[in-house]
Amino acid sequence: MNKPKIALYWCSSCGGCEESIIDLGEDLLKLAQSAEIIFWPAAMDARFSDLEALADGSILASLINGAIQQEDHVSMARLLRKKSRYVIANGSCAHIGGVIGLANLHRPEEVLQRAYIDAETVANPLRTIPGSQPSSGAPLPRLLNRVRTLDQVIEVDYYIPGCPPPSELVEKAIFSLLENNLPPKGSILSENRALCHSCPRQDSLPERLSVQRFKRIHETLWNPLQCFLDQGIICLGPSTRGGCRSRCISANMPCRGCLGPLDGVRDQGAKSISFIASLIDETDPEKIAEIVSGIADPAGLFYRYSLAASLIRTRNKRLEQTD
Amino acid sequence: MTQRILIDPITRIEGHGKIEIDLDSYGKVSAARFQVPEFRGFEKFCEGRAAEEMPILTQKICGVCPIAHHIASTKALDDLFNVSPPLAAIKIRELIYHAFMFEDHLLHVYYLGGPDWLLGPDVPASQRNIVGLSDRMGKPFTSMMMAARNKAREIIARISGSALYPVFGLPGGISKSLSTEDRDFALSASDDMVSFARMSLNLFDKLLLKRPSMAEMMTDPLYYQPTYYLGMVDDTGRLSFYDGRIRIVDPDGTIHSTFEARDFSRHLVERVEPWTYMKTLALKDPDRGSFSGNEPAGIYRVGPLARLNVSSGISTPLAHAEYEKMMNYFGKKPVHHTMAYHWARLIEVLYAAERTAELARDSNILHSEVRTLPKPLLTERSGTGACEAPRGTLFHVYQATTQAMILKLNLVVATQHNAAAICRSVYQAASRLISDGQISEPITNRIEMAYRAYDPCLACATH
Repeated sequence: MNKPKIALYWCSSCGGCEESIIDLGEDLLKLAQSAEIIFWPAAMDARFSDLEALADGSILASLINGAIQQEDHVSMARLLRKKSRYVIANGSCAHIGGVIGLANLHRPEEVLQRAYIDAETVANPLRTIPGSQPSSGAPLPRLLNRVRTLDQVIEVDYYIPGCPPPSELVEKAIFSLLENNLPPKGSILSENRALCHSCPRQDSLPERLSVQRFKRIHETLWNPLQCFLDQGIICLGPSTRGGCRSRCISANMPCRGCLGPLDGVRDQGAKSISFIASLIDETDPEKIAEIVSGIADPAGLFYRYSLAASLIRTRNKRLEQTD
Repeated sequence: MTQRILIDPITRIEGHGKIEIDLDSYGKVSAARFQVPEFRGFEKFCEGRAAEEMPILTQKICGVCPIAHHIASTKALDDLFNVSPPLAAIKIRELIYHAFMFEDHLLHVYYLGGPDWLLGPDVPASQRNIVGLSDRMGKPFTSMMMAARNKAREIIARISGSALYPVFGLPGGISKSLSTEDRDFALSASDDMVSFARMSLNLFDKLLLKRPSMAEMMTDPLYYQPTYYLGMVDDTGRLSFYDGRIRIVDPDGTIHSTFEARDFSRHLVERVEPWTYMKTLALKDPDRGSFSGNEPAGIYRVGPLARLNVSSGISTPLAHAEYEKMMNYFGKKPVHHTMAYHWARLIEVLYAAERTAELARDSNILHSEVRTLPKPLLTERSGTGACEAPRGTLFHVYQATTQAMILKLNLVVATQHNAAAICRSVYQAASRLISDGQISEPITNRIEMAYRAYDPCLACATH
């Protein structure tokens, strides 16, 4: 009997989602016995031509991680969609754009210019930008006008959240797939509860949380047993899906939202801003403004993982419909 | 009529890449390009971010070496705020760092580059991976390897949250102190780590050095490239991962220069090629030193082989003995044989394990004070943080406002330093292995082995 085929691919990716799969350890070897890992450039020697030669729909599932940032990510996503029965968006970048989405605060040309022309150690008198002029060899894939989530370019069946997803979430997802024991299409494969519900500090929550001043983590010490918000330190637990076993909280650092929002929340950043606002126990507008001004970099904090998926998506509204 | 051969994608590497080989009408290689088709833009989209969030943001550059970026970033903040962490914080950072070097190097040894020399380069493609390795080496050995890596990753997770997503770095310290329970875990794990490192070196000896058909890869001119070398050394010139000064040696071993990390831009320059997203680095002034030949000047290498070439030795006894064994084998230092990267990497695995054990035994590591609060910035300032990532020297440079918001950042990352050398290694292997326009497995794999020795991380290199 033929083993079901699995493919693993990465778009604009750091490789952490691959590493999370490596962390399956011996269960990875078990997976390789129950399924055929047909394509996984990080760890196995198959080429694009091998993938293209497969019949449509012959791959049981493709796990795609990384944000969609280049034109070849779009074509690969479409190819894998065609060849696969299920497509799973693996990790924050594929799910909600990840930190890569922060590039949407700039135009792609600005991003390229900083890296290839303006950076202090770069000597590039001809102002060469890779990919923007004819050169030897195959053309480089161009950057899209904005970073996208996977489901903004193809139909996605499931999402494994997290940056990267804890190995146990990935493992559960893959083995559920192999056992044909999947939840409804479109499900996000982690618990649908805010992180606070599993946080080791939840017993320290007072009756009512209220903040007079937000403190930045480098300028203050804090009690390692007490809720961060109760100490004036922003923690995004209330607007973030649980399932990570509070790994950052256990390191005595606040949550930054990587597993994304709960079901039904359209914009994680807006949800975060909303609950943070509700903690400000003030009615005087001047005092409110002063408290809010203590939040450094709202975009990079509240939308750190989810800008590409948000309502705003990109600063470059005029470019948004092109490409 | 020219022909183009494509190896696409290249495999068992971190990141995206393809190799294009152009053949002339005689079927000989006229050009070979190692093209990196990925780019994300951290050097722009981290502008405007809060400085204290940079260790978490920049570790997203790489999920294989997040600790390297996290630590370089944290050190850049120490420098930016001009704040010195308490001794225990430095020791804990170092403990985590060496556990990380151990397990990340072993990822390459057993999952990425290792299958080529452990199983043999001509083994069918479907077997050249961790599954094939496990079948050949057997389950007990494979379990031991995974357990050793898992233990090291757990040392990291207990302090920093997760080996996948470390969060403990702060300017002036770290977020929590080491409990006796976690110290005891690190102590016990480090003994297993040392023992597995030694086992891996014995395996290398048995399966490579003592098998003539494999050993000749070590000294095969196919993979020989004389270059300069760059790496971090401690104050007596020995191998150092977490901190130290940067040393460059000439291709014939003379010390070319030694300098503080924050002065690196006086010695190194980044160049741009239109056909790849990976910037390449070169020495600004290669003319000092006695190297002459027809090799393009200014090409240098980083990473395990480079680090052993620039160091006068290793501070831990077992690794130092292996270092001497390797240098004696080649008879001459620096060692220019690219396949020696695999050997150097294993020696570094042993050093990392020994250092983890030393640090776990250091009583200072249990002190409860792990943070010095920085004072507010009075002027716009810059900070530089550097360390040795597994794949090479890593620099983070930040410029911040008085509100500690990032104005500009510049990252020079590990594999980038090797960009030119990797391209030449690939060209060299391709041009010698393809002479009649014919390419097939296993020639393709032997060409790929030319870059795999470096353990490139292309997501890092392009950031």
